[in-house]
Amino acid sequence: MSDLPKNNNELIEKIDYNPSQKGWMDTPTEIRKGMYCYASNPKSVEYIGLPNARQWNPLDDDWKLPANWKEIVHNAFKERLDRFRSFKVFMDICVRCGACADKCHFFIGTGDPKNMPVLRAELLRSVYRNDFTTAGKIFGKVAGARELTLDVLKEWWYYFFQCTECRRCSVFCPYGIDTAEITIMAREIFNLLGLNIDWIATPSANCYRTGNHLGIQPHAYKEMIEFFVDDIEEKTGVVVEPSFNKKGADILFITPSGDVFADPGTYTAMGYLMLFHYLKEQGLNITWSTYASEGGNFGFFTSHEMMKRLNAKMYAEAKRLGVKWILGGECGHMWRVITQYMETMNGPADFLQNPVSPITGTKFENANSTKMVHISEFTADLIYHGKLKLDKSRNDNQIVTFHDSCNPSRGMGMFEEPRYVIKNTCNRFYEMPSNTIKEQTFCCGSGSGLNAGEDMELRMCGGLPRANAVKHVHDKFGVNMLATICAIDRAALPALMNYWVPGVDVTGVTELVANALIMPGEKERTVNLRDEPLPGMEE
Amino acid sequence: MKLEELLEQKKKVIVDKWFDIVVDTYPTDTSRFLKSQKNPFSNPVGNTTQKSLAVLMDELLGKMDTDTINSFLDPIIRIRAIQDFTPSRAVSFLFSLKEIIRDQLKDKDFNETILIALTQFDRKIDLIAMAGFDIYMKCREKIYDIKANEEKNRTFKAFERAGLIKELPDNKTESQLV
Repeated sequence: MSDLPKNNNELIEKIDYNPSQKGWMDTPTEIRKGMYCYASNPKSVEYIGLPNARQWNPLDDDWKLPANWKEIVHNAFKERLDRFRSFKVFMDICVRCGACADKCHFFIGTGDPKNMPVLRAELLRSVYRNDFTTAGKIFGKVAGARELTLDVLKEWWYYFFQCTECRRCSVFCPYGIDTAEITIMAREIFNLLGLNIDWIATPSANCYRTGNHLGIQPHAYKEMIEFFVDDIEEKTGVVVEPSFNKKGADILFITPSGDVFADPGTYTAMGYLMLFHYLKEQGLNITWSTYASEGGNFGFFTSHEMMKRLNAKMYAEAKRLGVKWILGGECGHMWRVITQYMETMNGPADFLQNPVSPITGTKFENANSTKMVHISEFTADLIYHGKLKLDKSRNDNQIVTFHDSCNPSRGMGMFEEPRYVIKNTCNRFYEMPSNTIKEQTFCCGSGSGLNAGEDMELRMCGGLPRANAVKHVHDKFGVNMLATICAIDRAALPALMNYWVPGVDVTGVTELVANALIMPGEKERTVNLRDEPLPGMEE
Repeated sequence: MKLEELLEQKKKVIVDKWFDIVVDTYPTDTSRFLKSQKNPFSNPVGNTTQKSLAVLMDELLGKMDTDTINSFLDPIIRIRAIQDFTPSRAVSFLFSLKEIIRDQLKDKDFNETILIALTQFDRKIDLIAMAGFDIYMKCREKIYDIKANEEKNRTFKAFERAGLIKELPDNKTESQLV
């Protein structure tokens, strides 16, 4: 009995939960397991030449920061205010109207007010006011200013790695403040202190060194694709013949390595191979590169400079092979990097030609500056011109909905092309509610380098609004397949569905195309690319 | 009047108060949002909570159907199992209903029949709370299952299918030779 609490209240007080009534500045941040990613491996940080590489642990009191860390932050902040006009404007212009507050999937899912975009930005703004504005310097906390302390830095780190740079909040901001850019600045500053997460640092280093996130070498990349060739032959009776690093090809194809090395992206990769083979006789001369073997760009989540370095290799390879233009696979942030940064970062790509489809003659004028065309645009154009023979009924076991990936939708305005492709390859397609798709799409919760394993609770919270909309169409229409055009989505959404909406699987759009595609010389197709029986072929 | 009839009359007030108690476990700014945003896709937490509590109250006053209780208890607990709550905090809202009910009955005369009925009603709430613990544990186990197997399912399986992983031989001859 002596172990029992002395009075009942003692026990009740521990269990009774009344959240803090204090203002956000006075609410301390506790770094919680499941909500953060592991610290970067110093080897990876060193390899890409970033400073202050060391072993450290976010849960430790001592982050082993350089002695002059405050000075580094202050100078980096100042440099970025001077260099990026948008950043300066975003620091000054917010009137705290609250339009963004409830639009963030992390706020909706975690219920943590510091995930309201306005408040997440305020974490930085408070220090900006203190260091760079007269009002802040004089009036301090009254003017919303606060000094940079170790606790503030830790709070920054915790919350700027709870933002996927998805930009949903910016759609609702009357001033167009792009919180993603604020997060980008914060992460750049972390990198100057050696405070990256490993899920970003190591893929960046691998991509820089070997060419893709996993560090898979060219021969293994080729072997994996050759396995797909065998697998396609087994299922269709058709031998596809991809070319690698072919000088003088018309088009270079670049896709995220996730399509080649991880399920269910692998089925999408098989889809590309089948589509290209189908078009070969119609004049498609395309090659894969075992060197530019990564469309993804985790440099984008590190710094502008790192993004530029990783993006440059794609164009260097296009130049080396002497192709006319680049066709890009189903990727998310690759397209944001291409559409919004490439031109001024590594452009102009004047050694390439304005992209023209060799099959339909369509000029992709929207891609004249980057010389890079999205596979969904390319495929939609083929279907529109009647160049693909498709049997939609082969996908009748799939009741499909489409998740707009943040970057192709909000980053490049691509809404209709993938839908057009799906509607022409599937009979059963249902949209999720309008406030969860297209420009208002909810993030998968794992973008911008947060799709690690150790932050699963964070990913499940961030993905809740997306999963909730999928659950709606699953319950109402029996949707069992979530189609998407992003490799991180294909990596992250299966886990999200597993937790929130069991019974829904994830596919790339090109996988649906390949299943429906009637290949010349094919044998009777009895299974889809996943070896599942086609409708009517069940034993 | 029977206890169930009394509670049936006050059902809406009880469910509203119960909802307030659940959302007040979140910080003030959040609970304000959870209460005000009515679109179920903009506010899945608030709407799921509201819908589930109403059904749970119906079941407490009705058949106590196990499947219905589990299917409406699961969504609230599933959310709270990944948010910033200790296990006790994640499920404690279920016990709060006892206090709410007593508060609603405070100006009634408690005869022995009502008191016995109230004890029985408490027992039903306890049953739901125990189901809540089970769901909470299932959710946590699911999270750890996903953490343990996600990479294996995605990458290892793809490499294995491609024959890029050399498996151990079936018979022991090779190892015996060493």
